[in-house]
Amino acid sequence: MSQVFHPSANGIARITLFAAIVVVAASGLIVYELGKSAYVTRQGEARQQPVQFSHARHVAGNGLDCRYCHTTAERSGVAGIPPTKTCINCHSQILAQSEYLEIVRASYRTDTSIPWVRVHDLPDFVYFDHGIHVNKGVGCTTCHGEVDKMPLMWTVQSLQMEWCLDCHRSPEKYVRPRDAVFQVNYQPPADQLALGRRLVEEYRIQRATSCSTCHR
Amino acid sequence: MTARLKTVSGPDYWRSLEELADTDTFRAFLHREFPEQASEFTDPVGRRRFLRVMGASLALAGVSACTKQPAETILPYVTPPEEIVPGQPLFFATAISRCGAATGLLVESHEGRPTKIEGNPEHPSSLGATDLFAQASILGLYDPDRSQTLTHKGDIRTWSAFLDALRAVGLAKTAVKGAGLRILTETVDSPTLARQIQDLLAAMPAARWHQFEPACRDNMRAGSRLAFGTTVGTQYQLDKARVILSLDGDFLGTMPGAVRYTRDFSTGRRVRGSDTEMSRLFVVETTPSNTGAKADHRLAVKPSEIEAVARALAVVTGVAGAEAGELSEAARRFVSAAGADLVGHRGASVVIAGDEQPAPVHALAHAINAALGNVGTTVVYSETAEAEPIDQVASLRELVADMNAGKVDLLLILGGNPGYDAPADLGFAQAVSKVAFSVHLGLYADETSALCQWHVPAAHFLEMWSDARAQDGTVSIVQPLIAPLYGGRSAHDVLGALSDTPGRSAYELVRDTWRVQAAATGILDFEAFWRKSVHDGIVPGTRRDPKAVTIGDVCANIGTPPPRTEGLELTFRVDPTIHDGRFANNGWLQETPKPFTKLTWDNTVLVAPATARRLGLQNEELVELTVGERTVRGPVWVLPGQADDTVTVHLGYGRTRGGRVANGVGFDVYPLRTSLAMWAATGVRLAKVGRRLPLASTQLHHGLEGRALIRAGSVEQYRKDPGFVHAMEPDPARTLTMYQPHEGTGYAWGMAVDLNACTGCNACVVACTAENNVPVVGKEQVARGREMHWLRVDTYYKGSEDAPEAYHQPVMCQHCEHAPCEVVCPVAATVHSDEGLNDMVYNRCVGTRYCSNNCPYKVRRFNFLLYQDWDTPSLKLGRNPDVSVRSRGVMEKCTYCVQRINRAKIESRMEGRDVRDGEIVTACQQTCPAEAIVFGNINDPESRVSRLRAEALSYSLIGELNTRPRTTYLAALKNTNPALGGPAGDEEHG
Repeated sequence: MSQVFHPSANGIARITLFAAIVVVAASGLIVYELGKSAYVTRQGEARQQPVQFSHARHVAGNGLDCRYCHTTAERSGVAGIPPTKTCINCHSQILAQSEYLEIVRASYRTDTSIPWVRVHDLPDFVYFDHGIHVNKGVGCTTCHGEVDKMPLMWTVQSLQMEWCLDCHRSPEKYVRPRDAVFQVNYQPPADQLALGRRLVEEYRIQRATSCSTCHR
Repeated sequence: MTARLKTVSGPDYWRSLEELADTDTFRAFLHREFPEQASEFTDPVGRRRFLRVMGASLALAGVSACTKQPAETILPYVTPPEEIVPGQPLFFATAISRCGAATGLLVESHEGRPTKIEGNPEHPSSLGATDLFAQASILGLYDPDRSQTLTHKGDIRTWSAFLDALRAVGLAKTAVKGAGLRILTETVDSPTLARQIQDLLAAMPAARWHQFEPACRDNMRAGSRLAFGTTVGTQYQLDKARVILSLDGDFLGTMPGAVRYTRDFSTGRRVRGSDTEMSRLFVVETTPSNTGAKADHRLAVKPSEIEAVARALAVVTGVAGAEAGELSEAARRFVSAAGADLVGHRGASVVIAGDEQPAPVHALAHAINAALGNVGTTVVYSETAEAEPIDQVASLRELVADMNAGKVDLLLILGGNPGYDAPADLGFAQAVSKVAFSVHLGLYADETSALCQWHVPAAHFLEMWSDARAQDGTVSIVQPLIAPLYGGRSAHDVLGALSDTPGRSAYELVRDTWRVQAAATGILDFEAFWRKSVHDGIVPGTRRDPKAVTIGDVCANIGTPPPRTEGLELTFRVDPTIHDGRFANNGWLQETPKPFTKLTWDNTVLVAPATARRLGLQNEELVELTVGERTVRGPVWVLPGQADDTVTVHLGYGRTRGGRVANGVGFDVYPLRTSLAMWAATGVRLAKVGRRLPLASTQLHHGLEGRALIRAGSVEQYRKDPGFVHAMEPDPARTLTMYQPHEGTGYAWGMAVDLNACTGCNACVVACTAENNVPVVGKEQVARGREMHWLRVDTYYKGSEDAPEAYHQPVMCQHCEHAPCEVVCPVAATVHSDEGLNDMVYNRCVGTRYCSNNCPYKVRRFNFLLYQDWDTPSLKLGRNPDVSVRSRGVMEKCTYCVQRINRAKIESRMEGRDVRDGEIVTACQQTCPAEAIVFGNINDPESRVSRLRAEALSYSLIGELNTRPRTTYLAALKNTNPALGGPAGDEEHG
């Protein structure tokens, strides 16, 4: 009986097998990398808002504290998006006739909410609590970036679990003194790790990595 | 099966008659863990298909990480309401009314959406607990089937069109002093509504006010008149009673005030350490009740014999002029032992008659209590909570007669559903059609709405202003938690339209009432008084003082005993989960397994095992039940402990216009119920139809293979040998393990459940459902063993099938320190937290169900289908925002209410302190009227849970597996009377 396969078939088979492994591994890698990519996390992508609100103007320009608008960041799970009333407090006097602010005035007039676009959006099965983080010395800019330099908001961090766990495993890398939590231009000192270790001790910061810390 | 039952001596404790007889069906059932599809893996074809599906889901799991989060908007307030901190719930006090008595509540509200009901700790009828109906009322509020439009003969009309029509007719009535105007309400316990009606009657003296409720307490009122010549309300102080005897009074279940009674009862029976003082409970009843299950001695008799037992007791306890009738041997022994106990505890005993018992039994109970000197200590009389106590059946009969005689031309039915639940012999439905102008105010466009010309959607009690009186007289202001979802109106609004001041809102009307009251009691600052009343949920100074009453010659008043009857007797009972039918459209309540039968989604014809044997009946067999000329059809359920020769049926089912959940479920027994036989009927015939109707019972699911799961003994045994519970099945040594120990120095959460306190009332089951967004699955899925309850209440029987002892045991995830579920999960979706919680991570779960297979407690629940309603907008409002809503294909289970743990931990850490003992209260614990559940930190030796775990009665469920559960149980105890030779079950043989 003659040979069914030419000897070169051995080579082809080897190449095919090898290629199959490479393809599977590569597609796995692609999926993995894609999942972490800015394309999926939308990290760094500035979001358009219904009103051309600029954090840069209000924070760097006017020197507003974070808590003037995000009033409940220290005591509740959610930091709070300012009600239209907060805008009107100033804008009934400043730029009271500006056409950019017509949406805000219309919201106040007609008692309808402004549909702000959510920028920092955790999945619905994650229960993040602002209050405890603020109270344990996690600065606003640690997660939200230097908002005083952002005309439109974008996410500086990936907001993926890996990123959360980095801090939950070693909080000393990020914590700052409580009185510096709301400083937008805070720069960690050169000996952050030494300071961090001291603060972790002092603030009794837990390395909370149980699933139920965030998922319930 | 019935033949086997006689020959086989079954296990000590058993859960169902099938288990006792060990039938093939039962074994087959047990060997399929998740009854359907569980053996998939041993079948090669099934396994291949499984791997294929698994492969696909793994691939998809990878891809799902690549999907972007959908864009979301945030809608902040325009002007922020005061007090609301986004993300933090507020609690408001209000009250729920049923059967003419209120229970105070605190309602949790998230950004204006009420999401969870809790009891008001300040309120005397609640003390922080609630029953299952209050828990489920949150779903009733958001029920998408509630009526949403005002209609006239089926056509949609506006509220103002209705007002115009009503006022036009009302104006004509003023001229004739209200002749022809009739108002029909349920039992009214709202002082404001009563005032409105009385004002209206004062202005129109020819008008009439009728009240009717199917579970009305006519017998109680009539009994009070027989005994005292006047109607008074009776309250029992069960914590002060050493001996309690119930004459068919289900004071731990359906009786109004049961929440408070359960608390007091469990207080009187708490055994801790060397404090072994425990009250003794005797129960005489026909059909097993929650109260009967707690009895130390229970006597099952036919309904007609209860009066004879009461008369015999009256003789033993020395009631003047009492004469004993004919009694069976068992009953005579019971009466002499119980009577001796009662007499031996003068002033510290109590006899309680059930609402279903005829007036003479109530009168006798009053007489016995008076003879024993219990009045003023364990029995307190006061004015009734209801504003106008009347004979409701007589009142309805009069209304129907007048309607038939053409004397009624304007009928306002304010709440209730008499078109469905009025006594069948009255012909209410035909009579209403003769009324020229009829209005029905109701939550649903139901059977009564169909009879009336006008239907007005009613406001739910969480949507309106009102007030409500509790049994001891305490009034609560009912405040709205949310604006009416469907434009509902309250009875105050409708009656207001007929008053001199139309257009006055319910809020103003309620304030008017209390402004006058406050002024009368010399309160100057009404606003402060009002704010305090609304805030506390209690109007100060409204609690009533005990009323002095003189007992008449009861034995002369009640006459001679009725003759003994032969043959089958029928009793009607309100349903333990849907009451008289008003909660029939509530999926949570429909799916709550009923005590003992563990049936969901159906009512049945309950018969005793002996009756079933004699008549050759089996479970699920369809029978025709005939009383006189009237007949209904329903499936049989054989119930251990039911009195022989009796049939019990539950009201509330077989609705035709009750909503999508209620319609076509179960069978309607109201056609058998007549105004002369509201609770019991004789001359009953039962005939087989020759068909079966499959029922969905959870009793057989999750069988536990006859281990020492339920542990019980007598208090005598405990006094002699406190460690007897451990001797039943000792736990392995703590050193016997291969695992890393989990014990840390921080918190270690644990729970203790006191089986001696648990009454099996199911409030915890519904509370858990509400707190944790547990879905409703429907009858067919329950029949497949797919119910989703994170917390179930198991019932165990001991002794003979005719007179067994019954025990209830709530079982939730035990949070094992060595959790068998964790080691078999291939994707680490269930893992241990550092505080000892057995965490379930929904997003990791791929649905292998290995964990459930490996769980010895069978507490894990799998979403076989998409059970949650993701679409109905109103249902979304009612969900707990702090708990994930699970989707198809994931496992779930009790988390120890981890959202509450986290909230308390975050609060305490922000305040720089540790979590205090008692700061974390799980949903089941919070609502438990018996205080049977305690949660806390077991690393703190001083915490309540640690002290309970150290009790001699404490044991672990299947502890011999060395799972080291964090949930432990305290064994149940009976306080038996030596004269009766031990538990009621044994006396049959002795």
